[in-house]
Amino acid sequence: MATKSEISANPAPATAPVSLSKEEILRYSRHLIMPEVGMEGQLKLKQAKVLCIGTGGLGAPLGLYLAAAGVGRIGLVDFDTVDSTNLQRQILFGSKDVGRPKIAAASDRLRDLNPDIQIDTFETHLSSENALDILKDYDIIVDGTDNFPTRYLVNDASVLLGKPNVYGSIFRFEGQVTVFGYPDGPCYRCLYPEPPPPGLVPSCAEGGVLGVLPGIVGSIQAAETLKLIIGVGEPLVGRLLLFDALAMRFRELKLRQNPDCPLCGTNPTITELIDYAEFCGMRGEEAPAPQTSVPEITPRELKARLDRGDDLYILDVREPHEYQICNLGGHLIPLGDLSKRVNELDSSREIVAHCRSGKRSAEAVEFLQRAGFRKILNLKGGILAWSDDVDPSVPKY
Amino acid sequence: MAVKVIIPTPLRAYAGKQESVELQANTVAEALNGLTLRFADLKKHLYSDDGKLRSFVNVYVNDEDIRYLQKDQTQLRDGDIVSIVPSIAGGAHN
Repeated sequence: MATKSEISANPAPATAPVSLSKEEILRYSRHLIMPEVGMEGQLKLKQAKVLCIGTGGLGAPLGLYLAAAGVGRIGLVDFDTVDSTNLQRQILFGSKDVGRPKIAAASDRLRDLNPDIQIDTFETHLSSENALDILKDYDIIVDGTDNFPTRYLVNDASVLLGKPNVYGSIFRFEGQVTVFGYPDGPCYRCLYPEPPPPGLVPSCAEGGVLGVLPGIVGSIQAAETLKLIIGVGEPLVGRLLLFDALAMRFRELKLRQNPDCPLCGTNPTITELIDYAEFCGMRGEEAPAPQTSVPEITPRELKARLDRGDDLYILDVREPHEYQICNLGGHLIPLGDLSKRVNELDSSREIVAHCRSGKRSAEAVEFLQRAGFRKILNLKGGILAWSDDVDPSVPKY
Repeated sequence: MAVKVIIPTPLRAYAGKQESVELQANTVAEALNGLTLRFADLKKHLYSDDGKLRSFVNVYVNDEDIRYLQKDQTQLRDGDIVSIVPSIAGGAHN
């Protein structure tokens, strides 16, 4: 098990004593004049090696602050490309970056911010095959990912390598932050031995994130990372920080190392990386589409039938705030209210149910079939497919 | 005992969109039972089919994890805050 000093201090054998140039002294002067950082702390930052997994909402402020602070070597792992829906929160990227690999756009931005540091790029999916190899060269791992398989992978690899894992996650306007994998501290599996099954993960109806939230949570991760490197203050170990941006309230819960933890407990059963897609009950990154056998209609077929004047009743099972973005003029009953409001529907008419992508409306069709509706179809691909195939003036979201 | 149960954002959809619920309970089990009686949809999110609290849902009384107290038999006092804290994975997407 690594000790605190091994984590915070420079482990590399120094061939020449590390020092700051005149330009670096000026750049970091607001650190240097503060005794908690000072020259000693700044040299530790210069010699530090931090791996940021994910360059999205959390990774953006994290990467910016670590680079600005003078962390000497920053590794970035991401496989994604920038799209325009990222720009609402991923402040590493600008409009000109849309379509570029995130890794390329992020490393350009960080090199511009601080040309004196080394940026390592890994344009890849972190996997059980490559994780230990990628993580091993870094002192501290920062988890800015967005899915359960990668979170368990990052946790397990960090614990197996004895490296701290600065954890942050977000949902809508609520965030969680802590430091896992610290000597004698808990790991992610101590807190949550297993992930939720894919069916219980919130659907797009409950998704979304306040743009500034990852900015706040990622910045807290950056602060914890800098503290670990410099070796000052009280690290966020054994404490889970909960943040609610709507209430604007922070709360703190105690975290303990679980003696029964399968990874870091007294009798560990996990001693190497496993298949995380399988562990999380899914193959690949996303939950597979449900094996729907509900009757469907494609957007083009629906358009043709409406043009013919067929009597079709359009049922929109999205949320009211989604209806405001765009709609097909359907009758709105959110999926969650359907059981209470089923009497609003006329089972003698032919009904076409739709949502954003077709998943929620498939559930609605199943439910209505069980309730005795016979003439009910699901709009395949939802309003997104309608926009693609029938009416491009309908905005996609 | 009058206690407050804090509902996390991902589960509010199944709890009448409320942030917290005040109820009377002597133990954590009673508090959660009272909660799921009021909001039936919450049950499958909190408990597995065999009636156990799901392993991706932790329950705290004030700042202590009930797994290190008396689990769902943990006694409650007036004014205690019971927090339900599920794992969330979000970072970049969602």
